[in-house]
Amino acid sequence: MSTFAFEHPRDGVLREGARGRTSRPKTTGWWGMVWLCATEAMLFASFLGAYFFLRGNIDAFAAEGGRYVPLTLPAIMTVVLLSSSATAWWAERGIERGDSVRLRIGLGVTMLLGLAFLSLQAVEYSHRDSSWTTSAYDSLFITITGFHGAHVAAGLLMNAYVQLRAWLGHFDDEHHAAVSNVLLYWHFVDGVWVLLFAVLYLSPRLF
Amino acid sequence: MAAAVELVEIDSLTDRLEQTWNTPKTLYGALSTVDHKTIGKRYLATAFVFLLLGGAQAGAIRAQLARPNSHLLSPEAYDQLFSMHGTTMIFWYASPILSGFSNYLVPLMIGARDMAFPRLNAFSYWTFLLSGLFIYTSALTGAIPHGGWFAYVPYTNAQYSPGANMDFYALALLFLTISTTAGAINFIVTILKMRCPGMSVSRMPLFMWSTLTTSVAIVFAMPALTAALVFLEFDRRFGTHFYDPVRGGAPLLWQHLFWVFGHPWVYIVVLPATGMASMIIPTFCRRPIVGHVYVALATVSTGIFGFGVWAHHMFATGMPALSTTFFSAASMSVSIPSGIQIFAWLATIWAARRHVLATPMLFMLGFICLFVIGGVSGVMTASVPFDWQVTDTYFIVAHLHYVLVGINLFPVLAGFYFWLPKMTGRMLDERLGRWNFWVLFVGVNLTFFPMHAVGLRGMPRRVYTYPSGMGWDWLNMAESIGAAVTVIGILLFVINVLRSRKFGAVAPSNPWGAATLEWATSSPPAEYNFVVIPIVGGREPLWERHDALLGPTADTDLAPVNSVQLATWRVLDDGKETLESTLLDADPQAALHMPQNSLWPLVLALCLTGLVSACLVGAPSWTVIAALSTCAAVGGWLWPKASTLPPSRIVA
Amino acid sequence: MMTAPHLPGVALQIRQVYDRNPSVFQPVGPHSKAIATLGWTLIVAATVVFIVVMTLLLLPIWKRRHASVEDGPPAPVSETAWLLYAGTLAPAAILAGVFVLTLGAYHAARPSGTGGLTIEVVGHQWWWEVRYPDEHILTANEIHIPVGREVRVVLTSADVIHSFWVPNLAGKTDLIPGTTNIAWIEADTSGTWRGTCAEYCGMQHAHMALTVVAELPGDFNRWTEAQRGVSAAPTDSATLDGEAAFLSSQCVYCHTVRGTQASGRIGPDLTHIGSRLTIASGMLANTRGNLGGWIENPDQLKPGTKMPAVPLGAGQLEAIITYLESLK
Repeated sequence: MSTFAFEHPRDGVLREGARGRTSRPKTTGWWGMVWLCATEAMLFASFLGAYFFLRGNIDAFAAEGGRYVPLTLPAIMTVVLLSSSATAWWAERGIERGDSVRLRIGLGVTMLLGLAFLSLQAVEYSHRDSSWTTSAYDSLFITITGFHGAHVAAGLLMNAYVQLRAWLGHFDDEHHAAVSNVLLYWHFVDGVWVLLFAVLYLSPRLF
Repeated sequence: MAAAVELVEIDSLTDRLEQTWNTPKTLYGALSTVDHKTIGKRYLATAFVFLLLGGAQAGAIRAQLARPNSHLLSPEAYDQLFSMHGTTMIFWYASPILSGFSNYLVPLMIGARDMAFPRLNAFSYWTFLLSGLFIYTSALTGAIPHGGWFAYVPYTNAQYSPGANMDFYALALLFLTISTTAGAINFIVTILKMRCPGMSVSRMPLFMWSTLTTSVAIVFAMPALTAALVFLEFDRRFGTHFYDPVRGGAPLLWQHLFWVFGHPWVYIVVLPATGMASMIIPTFCRRPIVGHVYVALATVSTGIFGFGVWAHHMFATGMPALSTTFFSAASMSVSIPSGIQIFAWLATIWAARRHVLATPMLFMLGFICLFVIGGVSGVMTASVPFDWQVTDTYFIVAHLHYVLVGINLFPVLAGFYFWLPKMTGRMLDERLGRWNFWVLFVGVNLTFFPMHAVGLRGMPRRVYTYPSGMGWDWLNMAESIGAAVTVIGILLFVINVLRSRKFGAVAPSNPWGAATLEWATSSPPAEYNFVVIPIVGGREPLWERHDALLGPTADTDLAPVNSVQLATWRVLDDGKETLESTLLDADPQAALHMPQNSLWPLVLALCLTGLVSACLVGAPSWTVIAALSTCAAVGGWLWPKASTLPPSRIVA
Repeated sequence: MMTAPHLPGVALQIRQVYDRNPSVFQPVGPHSKAIATLGWTLIVAATVVFIVVMTLLLLPIWKRRHASVEDGPPAPVSETAWLLYAGTLAPAAILAGVFVLTLGAYHAARPSGTGGLTIEVVGHQWWWEVRYPDEHILTANEIHIPVGREVRVVLTSADVIHSFWVPNLAGKTDLIPGTTNIAWIEADTSGTWRGTCAEYCGMQHAHMALTVVAELPGDFNRWTEAQRGVSAAPTDSATLDGEAAFLSSQCVYCHTVRGTQASGRIGPDLTHIGSRLTIASGMLANTRGNLGGWIENPDQLKPGTKMPAVPLGAGQLEAIITYLESLK
């Protein structure tokens, strides 16, 4: 080691090298998460494509798919999930400033809101008068919302993982890539819900 | 660049890198390695074994069809053979073999020391291997998939296909999609973020463009298959009604989802091969490819167009006239970017400085020939009324084999002749190579060309036997003889590879005088690939002789250098490190710490194998256990090593 | 060689039933003729393209086959000529031409006229149920059409997806459960042609053929007249014995012979089985020996078939064959 004592090529030097860049460069992990979200988005697009294909072509499906579904509970769920995106954002901004307490509180509240969403989804399922084997519409409705629920659950597991690490003091203003990646996924899952809400709940009232 | 410049002693740097990057030659080393070159070679070998398996199944099929009214195979066995042939070739050979080349070559071509996510890379390989083993365990149970690789419902639904046959198919493919998607994301991030300085987007080798396009196509196409398979398994297992016309579902939903995935998949299994052609042909013409930018654009637009043509597989399903004509026009247009690529290769050959007709180039000439035949027959089938006659006949079998053999297998073999010396350090034999090419070329054409005729003469696909006297008899016999010749051609290749390991001439670092960075490393390359991160000044760095920019390498052609002045960020020897660079310009951005070898990828892949197996046998408690251990394995994988944490914050 | 093992009575030579090979290029109707013309045009165009590209590929290599091993200077090359004119515009022009031809043939091959004869075809694993709704005819695996008249074939499926294909007459149209598709067929000349299922539908997909008989209008009317009614009641004792044997066998659970108590709906209607050219869904010519071999052991001939071998006493098989042959 001692034969050539050059300055270690750690982040500082390299970031200077990046032309005129002031904000922190995205990590490769963040880029990986972006593409994971892209492929997941296509999964939900395929589900919704199936919905529109069946609604557009199959009369029996259209009769059910075009039926009004109660909006109150899903509207509350939407508000809950969107608020959790806000708290997640608040938590991430906290750790960017080195405030790990704010990170922990923000992650905790986000998690509670996610759990609330899942509980409300369970309530909604219990109010349905049909099972997923009743008709193709029920199969598709339960599969789409169920897959979304599973994604929320996965997001909660990730949240639990970064929370644990937050409590162990793994993160500071410079090192919190895991938080950014997990919360990116969380925002994505919330965004998908808005789309599902628009298609499954609102679109029958529009066309 | 503000980076400091220091005097570096190469010998001690090499030693240190050797130590840091070394994978022990132990069982642990073999199971835990994350080296992209090892993984790439494993991909190539495994996919090649699947090629041999699929080929053996094709051999049995051709034996059965050699004569009319043959009783060699039962209809059940025949259905299983053609289903496994298609499934194996499409999913476990054609795409993974290209992943193998990409795995091996992408980091080398862009001057990186590994992929962006080395452990994910190992995981992709293990899931690819285990999903293949999973579908082949169906042979032990006798419930081998029998619904064709396309698995049209309702035939594949529980009512008409009870038994685990199609569950093996659906679950194995769901398992494989994880591998393919993870691999694709890895390639995308690697190509976008890890190119060496100087390799701006406009200087990327064309193989990078094709791998990138393919990977993006995988990310967007694969989920449609996932959705189709999830619906199928739910219908089969839980009695849902996605494909049930009685309860508001539709069998055509499967076809749309399957082909929304399936047609892009065709481009996914041919585009990297065309990228290989764009690397190999210029090398043997001793000049840069003509129209580099246009070939790159053609590659990308083929990937995009590929998403707009799926319904041309469904012209006979009674679609409305407007959609039919739209998909007809779209399917014809998709051949235009291919035309641009072909003419770029032709122009390169016309404007060559010299024609070096070594074996890889012979395979390239054969590839162009087969590509054109498969291309024009593809345009013919895009013509709707003609397609009504030829769809589901042997004409289509001929077309798709010209495409897949022509634009996948031939470039793959060219790629082996071209890059295997880099991987193993041994040249393949040229004489045997020429024999290999000519026997295979004759065999393939004898097998598949008569299929055009037999299809036009009215022979449908997927029939286990056929009556005599319909005008099909001698053509089928010719095809079967051709299949035997093809087998000999493949065997010649296997012999050539095996014999090269002992008797092959030792490969220099750049045996073909090629232009790109992988040839700047020794053959085979050191585990860390490059002693220092190279800099490139153009698209063909090794032809531009910017030796100083490339830095000292193990390349024997370069003058030995003991110590040089280098920017510090080019050395990167504090642990396993490589360079992260900016998206478009490839300016140095950060030193990336690469993970150590790890068993977690294998553990996670095994947990997933447990999960799909539990789903297959339908054991809820085992499914839950497997799911929990999968989550635990993900957690174990992601939990950071103490050394990567900010020092002040580690709780003792 | 043309006989199945263990069934010496069964002759598999089905080809003699048909007047032509089932080839796309032996069209006998306006739809298939339009497609055959398109097909030949496409083949010629494809061949020309192939020859041009191969010439461009091999000519430079041939011309320089004796060139020195030293690198020559890089030849001048025009990207515009190669990539824009030859690589983009020329293919685009050819494709535009192909697309125009496609649209022309599309309209020639898929007329939308109505008022012609309607036939309903239902696909089953692995046979074709055929109904003439206006003529009140129910039959199987054999379609009769009048020469020179456009026939509308209404297609659906009772189980999995099949595809209706008579190459001499028209392209394919799928039979999809839950969906009704329409195919149009028309023959210019009288004759007998082979059709087949073109979508993989299970173990006996290979043996799901059908026969199309085009007849002059007079013959066609006589055929519909005969099919509409029931067969003449048996008179001779051998046939009477056969009828009794048939009606007391398990055959009746699946098959219908109108005018008798046999009214099963699972298998093909047998009311006029004796008049059909083939049996076992176009697998065998309708001969005495073939009928016997088929009834005695269906699964041997068509492994997986839904038709079971039924226990028949000595002499019963012969009697049933006699009876079935009498159902003209």
